[in-house]
Amino acid sequence: MAFVVPKETYNGKVCEVEIGTGPRAVKIGGEAALPFLAFEGAVPNKPAIAYEVQDVPPDDWPQTLQDVYKDVSADPAKWAKHCQDELGAQMIALRLIGTHPDRQNRAAEDAAKTVKDVLAAIDVPLIILGSNNAEKDAQVLKSACDAASGRNCLIGKAQEANYKTVVASAMASGHKLIAMSDLDVNLAKQLNILITQMGFDKDKIVTDPMSSALGYGIEYTYSVMERIRAAALFQNDQTMAPPMVNDVGMYVWKVKETMAPEADQPSWGPVADRGIGWEATTAMGFLMAGSDLLIMRHPKAVDTVVTMIDGLV
Amino acid sequence: MALSGVEIFKHLPKTNCKKCGHPTCLAFAMKLAAKQATLDACPDASEEAKAFLGAASEPPIKGITIGAGDKALKVGEETVLFRHEKKFVNPCGFALLIKDTDADVEAKAKAVADSEIERVGQKLRVELIAVKNESGDAGKFADAVKKAVSAAPNAGIILKSSNKAALEAALPALAGKKPLIDGATADNADDMVALAKANGASLAVRADGIDAVSQLAEKVVGMGFKDIVIDTGARKPKDMIEQYTQIRRAALKKGFKALGFPIITCAFSDDPFVEQALASVAVAKYASIVVLSDISNWKTLGLIALRQNLYTDPQVPMQVSQNVYKVGDAKENAPLLVTTNFSLTYFIVLGEVENSKVPSWLAVMETEGLSVLTAWAAGKFTAAKIAQYIQESGIEGKISHKELIIPGYVAVLSGALEDKLPGWKITVGPREANALPAFLKNKTAAA
Repeated sequence: MAFVVPKETYNGKVCEVEIGTGPRAVKIGGEAALPFLAFEGAVPNKPAIAYEVQDVPPDDWPQTLQDVYKDVSADPAKWAKHCQDELGAQMIALRLIGTHPDRQNRAAEDAAKTVKDVLAAIDVPLIILGSNNAEKDAQVLKSACDAASGRNCLIGKAQEANYKTVVASAMASGHKLIAMSDLDVNLAKQLNILITQMGFDKDKIVTDPMSSALGYGIEYTYSVMERIRAAALFQNDQTMAPPMVNDVGMYVWKVKETMAPEADQPSWGPVADRGIGWEATTAMGFLMAGSDLLIMRHPKAVDTVVTMIDGLV
Repeated sequence: MALSGVEIFKHLPKTNCKKCGHPTCLAFAMKLAAKQATLDACPDASEEAKAFLGAASEPPIKGITIGAGDKALKVGEETVLFRHEKKFVNPCGFALLIKDTDADVEAKAKAVADSEIERVGQKLRVELIAVKNESGDAGKFADAVKKAVSAAPNAGIILKSSNKAALEAALPALAGKKPLIDGATADNADDMVALAKANGASLAVRADGIDAVSQLAEKVVGMGFKDIVIDTGARKPKDMIEQYTQIRRAALKKGFKALGFPIITCAFSDDPFVEQALASVAVAKYASIVVLSDISNWKTLGLIALRQNLYTDPQVPMQVSQNVYKVGDAKENAPLLVTTNFSLTYFIVLGEVENSKVPSWLAVMETEGLSVLTAWAAGKFTAAKIAQYIQESGIEGKISHKELIIPGYVAVLSGALEDKLPGWKITVGPREANALPAFLKNKTAAA
């Protein structure tokens, strides 16, 4: 019996979303096939990776990771420029974690200034993330959106609790939007519907299915992502067609495997390698499930995943 | 391919004799279709029916066992392309490549023997050693295999050689150990099949690309040998994901028998992080045996976690065993928190308690693996049950206070809990685990 390549027929495709302006703008999504199966459908854009920087020094990151940025992390603009110029970052993700009420509780205006400083320092696209406090994010992201007007940023994250203000802010300043729901296919769909019902263009949404670290529930994110992608491609469900983003670093660099010294866990090997491998492997899992955009922290993990992406397309 | 009850019924005697224990042949057919009965129960089944149903009941991807005893590795028998459809059945095996020219064969084999780690109650490890006849010398190969077997007696052995003489020299040391011979190519298939048959081994069939490998597999099956794993030669990530997806689809959706075998691959790179990432692709995308060039602890830990995660049953929540866990150097005055035994809940709560740097006692209550809200809604995380658990847990002997912190989502239970736990103070903690560090820090600062 001769082998005939068994191809799937797809009825839909993932939306293509452009982030940033000018020659370094980045397009994500647009694929008309399951992840990396270019033999049966167009895969026009490689998954992109954004380096995460923060508005305040990352005191809560594991030491091995803090050390990588110790010369630049006191100044977000310098940090972002370092990632762009020295590390070759394709995008930057600025997390305004210092605005969280339990952290420094920075004011929205201060956050806006940080956004401006960072934007002045880079020409790659910028992702602007709040502190994941739904209430505070509504104010902070509004100011951040204004400050970034005209730069076609990706703003996040709109959640069920705050999407109305976040969507309005992103819409007013012409930005793209991350919509995040709690690790559930139907909630993701519902949030996209609510957002588009406000008049926000569905082609400007990027879905965050809610990430999780390797060993800490990655299989849930993985399957939610596979199901979202299947709905977009096989059922041509337009409400599930946005590209997907995974916030990798923030989930990875707080689990025991990336933090515990070898002295405490002798059978786990050196913590420096372990952390890098944990972030890269988590990212690889998401790529296999359909990720279009990864937000990551460690340069060596990023380089590893870039090598893999180049080998996958 | 799975048959429907009606299709099976057509091949039964249709006498409704009840000898099988079912009221009618149709009822029996339905049980057969649901795999709740076997055809042996029917004394009157024709030879034709047995042959037909036997072939149809074979799994579309054959199961292959490497090694013997309770540490043997079984791979294959997969039934789906996506884990949300149904559980991935047999987790892939990891193998360490050892060359017979390596100076440290024993040390490497020992690393495999010592690779076991425990995650979420499961003992997991690198199961296999792939000994390669790099030297081309039969004596050296046999010697390396002997060393590997004696240093890692429980590991399954893959013999990477196409040299008949070398294999003949190595195989006696593996009697009864069900090794995998890797392997057979178009040029040597006759010899390899004969060796595998004679030594109770399975056989890796290698050819360049899917079409060639399927033809070779078909030829080997034609020689009366079916204990096969296949290797298309894919070593780059793009080739792996494309070819292995096509193979899995062909076997499951097209009933393409010549590809209905587990896949063996190698993930090699000079860069250990790239090697780990490449192996991740193989794990996620349908490889059943992944050979690695190095198994540094940190690397294996990540790969074993990925394999465990992707091969869990999506229908059954992973559970942690019920216990009062000590977080940090918790003493008698350390705070006591209670939560449910859904592994994700446990991991997240544990992680945040650790992040708080406040030594604590974390009481994890068995709720059939449900999360806090679900368990509460299902009546498994009620005031009475929590009270009973706390009283029976023995924690009262370890702490000097009587204050229990409950998840914010079940704040409603606090009154009832104080009634059921006389003398205890019930404190409502945060709803989300990420608020625990601030909560615990405030708490100890206030104390």
